[in-house]
Amino acid sequence: MSVDPDVDVHVPAQRRELARTHGGVLAVIALGGGLGALARYGISLWLPTMPGHFPWGTFAINVLGCFLIGVLMVRWGQRPLLRPFLGVGVLGGFTTFSTYAVETRALLAPGEVPVALAYLFGTLAAAMLAVLAGVALTRKVLGDNR
Amino acid sequence: MTLVLVFAGAIVGAPLRYLVDRAVQVRHDSVFPWGTMTVNVFGCMVLGFLAGLGTSLPSALAALLGTGFCGALTTYSTFSYETLRLVEQKAYLYAVMNVLISLIAGLGAVFLGYALAG
Repeated sequence: MSVDPDVDVHVPAQRRELARTHGGVLAVIALGGGLGALARYGISLWLPTMPGHFPWGTFAINVLGCFLIGVLMVRWGQRPLLRPFLGVGVLGGFTTFSTYAVETRALLAPGEVPVALAYLFGTLAAAMLAVLAGVALTRKVLGDNR
Repeated sequence: MTLVLVFAGAIVGAPLRYLVDRAVQVRHDSVFPWGTMTVNVFGCMVLGFLAGLGTSLPSALAALLGTGFCGALTTYSTFSYETLRLVEQKAYLYAVMNVLISLIAGLGAVFLGYALAG
């Protein structure tokens, strides 16, 4: 669903379609992932994560990326190369789950547990609201219910 | 130089996420997003290991493998989008399970990575 939401994995023929490798798709995903990671790195220099503090940089990256994937999947969800480039590539490379988890673990120290919990669940809540907002706003602007 | 290393790690991590996700998703017959969970949990373990090495990890490797590779291998945007899709499909239990398992297994993988780093 993440890579090909228009392919139904319950249909064997479409499942085989998923198993094919497309060099062009891999290339645009690699390029997009590189660009997304550079953007994430840039924001992390601007808003660096400080020990014991709420990681606002990573929080902003993940929430923004979630909003944008909501917009993307409604607006360009059927485009064969643009969607993997922007969705799997740029936004996948931009947002990060591993940094989020490592930062949460680092905050699980005496006196910092409330910050860890606020970060863990605050990111989750904001990310879900952001992707919902991205999808709903784009559907409203486009005037359809894709 | 750091920019090149981040980019180099990411151009491997992002397509690897796509390939692993696809390989996992074709091997089961359910709407549950096991593929994304697999890459996210694996990436958490690797980044936990790298973080556990602390200052003994050269900064060039931290940029290449941590910021670049692990950052691009794992994703929050696909995780949240897939969770929203499960909600829209009224697969509420799956949506809650996806969130809970991802958070618990992701954090557990970080601790495991730290432990492996000694």
